[in-house]
Amino acid sequence: MERWAYEDVLAFAQSWGAVYFTLMFLVAFAYAWWPKNRARFEKAAHIPLKEED
Amino acid sequence: MQITQAQTAQSPWRFDHYFVPLVIFLGLLAAIVEAARSPDPRMIMQAWTFGACMAAFGAWYMKTYVGRTPADEKNFYADAVIKAGVIASTFWGVAGMLVGVIIALQLCFPHFLYFPDLPWTNFGRMRPLHTSAVVFAFGGNVLITTSFYAVQRTSRARLFGGSLPWFVMWGYNIFIVMAGTGYLEGISQSREYAEPEWYADIWLTLVWVCYLLTFLGTLWKRKEPHIYVANWFYLAFIVTIAVLHIVNNLAMPVSFLETKSYSLFSGVQDALTQWWYGHNAVGFFLTAGFLGIVYYFIPKQAERPVYSYRLSIIHFWSLIFIYIWAGPHHLLYTALPEWAQTLGMTFSVILWMPSWGGMINGLMTLSGAWDKLRTDPVLRMLVVSVAFYGMATFEGPVMSVKAVNALSHYTNWTIGHVHSGALGWVGYISFGALYCLVPWLWKKKLYSNALVEWHFWISTIGIVLYITSMWVAGIMQGLMWRAYNEFGFLEYAFSEVVLAMHPYYIIRAIGGLLYLTGTLIMAFNLWKTATSGQPAAAAQPVLAAEAA
Repeated sequence: MERWAYEDVLAFAQSWGAVYFTLMFLVAFAYAWWPKNRARFEKAAHIPLKEED
Repeated sequence: MQITQAQTAQSPWRFDHYFVPLVIFLGLLAAIVEAARSPDPRMIMQAWTFGACMAAFGAWYMKTYVGRTPADEKNFYADAVIKAGVIASTFWGVAGMLVGVIIALQLCFPHFLYFPDLPWTNFGRMRPLHTSAVVFAFGGNVLITTSFYAVQRTSRARLFGGSLPWFVMWGYNIFIVMAGTGYLEGISQSREYAEPEWYADIWLTLVWVCYLLTFLGTLWKRKEPHIYVANWFYLAFIVTIAVLHIVNNLAMPVSFLETKSYSLFSGVQDALTQWWYGHNAVGFFLTAGFLGIVYYFIPKQAERPVYSYRLSIIHFWSLIFIYIWAGPHHLLYTALPEWAQTLGMTFSVILWMPSWGGMINGLMTLSGAWDKLRTDPVLRMLVVSVAFYGMATFEGPVMSVKAVNALSHYTNWTIGHVHSGALGWVGYISFGALYCLVPWLWKKKLYSNALVEWHFWISTIGIVLYITSMWVAGIMQGLMWRAYNEFGFLEYAFSEVVLAMHPYYIIRAIGGLLYLTGTLIMAFNLWKTATSGQPAAAAQPVLAAEAA
């Protein structure tokens, strides 16, 4: 395989980097807004408020 | 809550009972070898300092652990180490801010507390002392302390590792002492916010890995099925700082008996590594870590869950994915390739989104309970901190835009920006957390709410004086540097620019002095709370009585 030139690395980062970031964001978004997770997150939000000690 | 003896004292074998004494022993040995063999007088000083610290730690360890089980190990939560952290945080806060006021005054009056016979009184040595003392000593202790508190409560598990958290607390503060005394002796590897030399870096790496183990071990033992979002932020902070610290400090010592080392990087790669580190110290130390405080302490003090837990998930993932790329904005108009500069700028601008998402989430947690801002000055401090977070993370992206940076870079505008984040955001969230922790840990009512009001207003006036004077000074400085006369020559000599900034430096020093005054009021209030405050009413939180 030929060595990648600087411009090749650049082109790869500028195109696939954008795709990668978009995908990661969509994954995080889907996880947060997935209807089945709703109740779990509602409960999780109350963790600091539970009685302790 | 008590746990049975069988769970603690009679455990047959405990890793930390061997690990901590071994580290102390090896530390003492290294100090003796360096002190005896080093040809470098500054290394000998450092070796004596480290040896003294190790001896103190060793004496404390023997008194506390050898042949006995400390009372704290019988409680469900490990709180003694957190109390120590509260005291360390308060002490370093006062010390670091005091040094800040001194160097601010030295910029106004160059001979203020500067004695040519005492080189350690020079601005160049005291400036890293100030930055490290406020960021790493004050901020770092606050982060370790609050993370230990929050991770136990949200996991419903005791801190992992027995005396390992104590090693983290002692070890971290010993690192601070080594770094600070090193700067005063003139030891520096000249990397901003990473000035400590190779031996201190190795020590911090050891301490930090133990911190990570303590934190992960506690999460591993948790009784709560879900890992609460504050812990995600704390964990991102711990992991990222480990990576940043190790990579940026890759260096070869001249000799293992000398302080000086050379970085493995050179040229523009060196600069980029340093600012990848430097900006992520802001992003993960001064932001992600303190967001952990926001997501635990604000809901707790306001007695309401965070506004949107879903938004906090988006806040977390987008913040950590985007922040790591913003570093190149420190190197605009340098030898760094143009595309990398643009990348740094673009990611900085994108950071607006998660930052403001997080700010809205923090502020809206108060929705339906805004009246608490009037009645509870501690909550007000926490919430105003989030407002400053929003302001500083608005200003930062603006300054990272190349056209703006051409004017702002290397000027006092940058100093003003840093301090609106440091004093307003990091300072206030830390003060708020300390005002929460002392009553919770010592089980007392806060000594005086009126003094919190005084602290709040005095330091707020201080911040306003500080950042406005630095805006004016910075923009004036930038404009004077780029002014040309009709013949195409520079309009102003460098010294004329310095002279023009003198009044603003004085206003800045007054602002800093007010801020320090506020911190001293807090230290007094916390001291009185712990030593002579009223016992807290049966139910937490502290201010429930007043609020009702």
